[in-house]
Amino acid sequence: MKSKIKVWTRRRVLRGMLAGSAITVGLPILDCVLNDNGTAFADTGALIPTRFVSWFWGLGIGEQEWWPKTAGADYELPWELGAIKPFKKRLNLFSGSQVFLDGNTNRTHFTGIQGHMTGKVTSSDDYFNSMDAIIADTISARTRFRSLVATCDGDSKSTWTAFASGKVPAEVSPAALYARIFGPGFTDPNAATFVPDPAVMVKRSVLSTINEDRADLLKNLPAGDRARLDYYFTALRSLEQRLDIELQKPPPLPACSKPEQPKDDGHSIFLATDAMVRHDLFCALMTHALACDQTRVANLNVSQSQSALRQAGDPTTHHSYTHEEPIDAKLGYQVQCSWFQQRYFQGLYNYAAMLDAVKEGDRSLLDRSILYAYTDHGAPRLHSVRNYPFITIGDGNGRIRTGMHFPTPGDTAIRVPFTIMQAMGVPISSWGTNSNHVTSPVSGVLA
Amino acid sequence: MRAECRRGLATVIAGILPILAAAASPSALAAPAGAAPAGAAAASARGTANSEEMSTALLMSPSQYRLTIADVFGDSIKVNGRFEPDQREQGLLAIGARTDNISDNSLESYADLASDIAAQVVDARHREELIGCQPRSENGRDDDCARVFFARVGPLLYRQPLTVDQVQAQVTAAGIAADKLHDFYGGISDTLAEMLISPRFLFRYKIMEPDPQHPGRERMNAYAKATELSYFLWNTTPDEKLLQAAASGEIQTRAGLERQVDRLISSERIQDGIRAFFADMLGFADFAAVSKDPSFFPLFVPSIKDEAQEQTLRTIVDHIVNRHGDYRDLFTTPHTFLTDDLATLYDVPLVDMSDNGQPQPWLAYTYPPGDSHAGILSEASFTTLWSPSGRTSPTVRGKALRENILCEKVPPPPGNVSFKFVEDTGNPQYRTTRARLMAHRTEPLCAGCHKLTDPIGLALEDFDAAGEYRTTENGVPIDASGELNGKQFVGAIGLGEAVHDDPAATNCVAQKAFAFETGYIPPRDDPRWREIQQRFAGSHYQVLELLRAIALSDLSYAAPAEGGALAAANH
Repeated sequence: MKSKIKVWTRRRVLRGMLAGSAITVGLPILDCVLNDNGTAFADTGALIPTRFVSWFWGLGIGEQEWWPKTAGADYELPWELGAIKPFKKRLNLFSGSQVFLDGNTNRTHFTGIQGHMTGKVTSSDDYFNSMDAIIADTISARTRFRSLVATCDGDSKSTWTAFASGKVPAEVSPAALYARIFGPGFTDPNAATFVPDPAVMVKRSVLSTINEDRADLLKNLPAGDRARLDYYFTALRSLEQRLDIELQKPPPLPACSKPEQPKDDGHSIFLATDAMVRHDLFCALMTHALACDQTRVANLNVSQSQSALRQAGDPTTHHSYTHEEPIDAKLGYQVQCSWFQQRYFQGLYNYAAMLDAVKEGDRSLLDRSILYAYTDHGAPRLHSVRNYPFITIGDGNGRIRTGMHFPTPGDTAIRVPFTIMQAMGVPISSWGTNSNHVTSPVSGVLA
Repeated sequence: MRAECRRGLATVIAGILPILAAAASPSALAAPAGAAPAGAAAASARGTANSEEMSTALLMSPSQYRLTIADVFGDSIKVNGRFEPDQREQGLLAIGARTDNISDNSLESYADLASDIAAQVVDARHREELIGCQPRSENGRDDDCARVFFARVGPLLYRQPLTVDQVQAQVTAAGIAADKLHDFYGGISDTLAEMLISPRFLFRYKIMEPDPQHPGRERMNAYAKATELSYFLWNTTPDEKLLQAAASGEIQTRAGLERQVDRLISSERIQDGIRAFFADMLGFADFAAVSKDPSFFPLFVPSIKDEAQEQTLRTIVDHIVNRHGDYRDLFTTPHTFLTDDLATLYDVPLVDMSDNGQPQPWLAYTYPPGDSHAGILSEASFTTLWSPSGRTSPTVRGKALRENILCEKVPPPPGNVSFKFVEDTGNPQYRTTRARLMAHRTEPLCAGCHKLTDPIGLALEDFDAAGEYRTTENGVPIDASGELNGKQFVGAIGLGEAVHDDPAATNCVAQKAFAFETGYIPPRDDPRWREIQQRFAGSHYQVLELLRAIALSDLSYAAPAEGGALAAANH
């Protein structure tokens, strides 16, 4: 492989993260806390939760023939994905699928994501109910945060998470995300004592005044305003629930520990190397948040889809390079673009390694999760919505098989997120519209 | 910015308290027939739904939130924290405010802001002035004192009278909280924080009511009208006089409306409305994500981002308010304001006579004849905002001008495009951005859109991505010739003149000003819209006259069923 990046072993990741204070790895869950099978907590019988982790990188892989030539387990991971090779047996690679436009305009760097994340392709900016949000509503509704979303490029609009109310802006600052998760509202589940905060009790009580005003508010509003009020009250319920959770003693979670507070305030970033440093800070925070059951859905974006990240000393952005850089005649790919991709995939490896470093019984947090990596274009130079690369790492508490390449040439890309949603327990039997409508998962994925 | 400090309406509105606090009637949002306050509102029946499908409520913008808090509580109460970014629709955040929803995250942000504001209001420094009474004991409830506070502040926050029941609900909540916390002020604080995240505070609802002057038709409720007017012209909550005009019904008469509009426009606070409108129109919210690489642009110090916006807003306010200038001249005016940092960036001499150690002052400056700068398009607020971090993009600049200044839509780029010319950076023939883009335009799929954008942006190529003037790129002299709608020119000066002469510019600012107030693009064929345009043109395109015409037009307060179809129809 051409990358000059050092391969990070798991040992190196742990050492590096710890030395850099990016992550504090919790203790393994003690056997006595778990049932005999290691699948549930002994005291409550509650199953160890399954988590969903999404990871977006912009601008795909390239036009070169990156996809493996064989399907199934006996395949060779493309060199472009060399950084995640240590996880080959625990990941799946999907190739060949496409988003069908059905006559809609291909709004570059948007429509493809709109299609496979929401199941609907339109010629507008419509973007609601992304697959991660649907999963969050299914598996994370009773945690402090339905989901978390962050981006490494300093632009809060770099997000692909959307509930019915619309897109959720991404957190840009690791320091702010830390404060949000592990600030005053955080209760250490492993603390010996628990005393509900009377101030929180009062805040919770006072919020009921708004609910009591609801009927009065709704009386004279047009339907459109009433619908927006419904979204408001959904958000209010989430806020109330968060306070309710803070007032309850959480069950012990030995894998949970509070990370050190990062200093990065989310200032604007333009170098890919700086973005990936921030990336690892976010990964650490997300990992801790998942281990502490503050949420069960974590979404991280390396950048916006038209990545404006650059290399030091070079004024050209990654996005510009995808269009302006010729495919190297000898190597057969865009060399500069590959530089960026290698950094991104190194970040993906780091994230998986961090999740894997947290032990919950005999399995790791990565094993309890599906880490889902997706991008905006199959071949970004051409704004192609064909031949999308998708990657999953982890088996989601044994819900999917791993170690496989699933080529689905000509099939709709919507089938991949549909499969993931089914794996995560979303009660869904079909998804997508028109040519992107699916009723069955990618064959052989679900365990 | 206005120089005087805001004391806060909560401390100075004693004159209207009898009207508002004594309005023992249901609020306009839920007013049963005959229960409205005195005046016009009293003549109204219950508010009626004005559309079955479309939302008309406008979510308060961050700048409106800040000004509202300052006006209600005084500007010593700081708004600490962040707002979730708003969505821009059809070129304006103000239009997006009609569809923006409140999500878990945004309510969480609002709750954090509210808790902090409420804590400041009751802290030892502010409580005596802002609470308005002394509790019998600080260790528990005092419903009488709480009632004094909420009866005064409630109408200011909700922009309409509160019913007795509504006030009592807050008093009760504060009392329960005070007893639990053993802290009167804690109870007030938590309840005030709740009010600050109420939809009644965060949204401005366009409540319609039967129009007694025109049976069978509807008109906007007096308080909703006062609110719309105030946020349009001052970007903040209605003041005492405006609320009085709503309470008395004055605002529902033509003469009364004129009195209020003229009063608002003649106030120096009109600057807040103008600044908010142009900041939205010019896309300044996107500055939040702007960064420039200091290794390429050492003069782009961090403060330049704020100063660039402030320069343009000062230039606009000065031109519109002080000089009563023609809107079109904003694109050619040599008059501006600079700081030392901006003067260094622009490489112009600026004599600063202030003492060392003083905050960097803003000094008026006039570009001499022949200078490369003139008009707001030559300012860093445009050239830097619409450039990537490392180099310029004529396409991005051209698209921004088309969409933000001329209200023209530029189609998105197509898929499956050949970039064979753009890619050929090693070819000595394509050493400049112009050369590569011109070659790219020979690709038929791309030419259609790029000819809309690139000839505009290429005229600004002598300003680099940080707004600094340059004459060469990669050692090659820059050709800053450009073209707009058939008119050929050179450089920012020529581009400014071309925009000045393009009728789309005045139509666009009028359209966006209307949308800034209402959340809708106006209907082109409505005679009331044509009248607004004619008044604007008849004033030699004075923006204050445009704002006055919009504020006085029935169209601005029409039922969304009338105006609602407007938005999509024009796009």
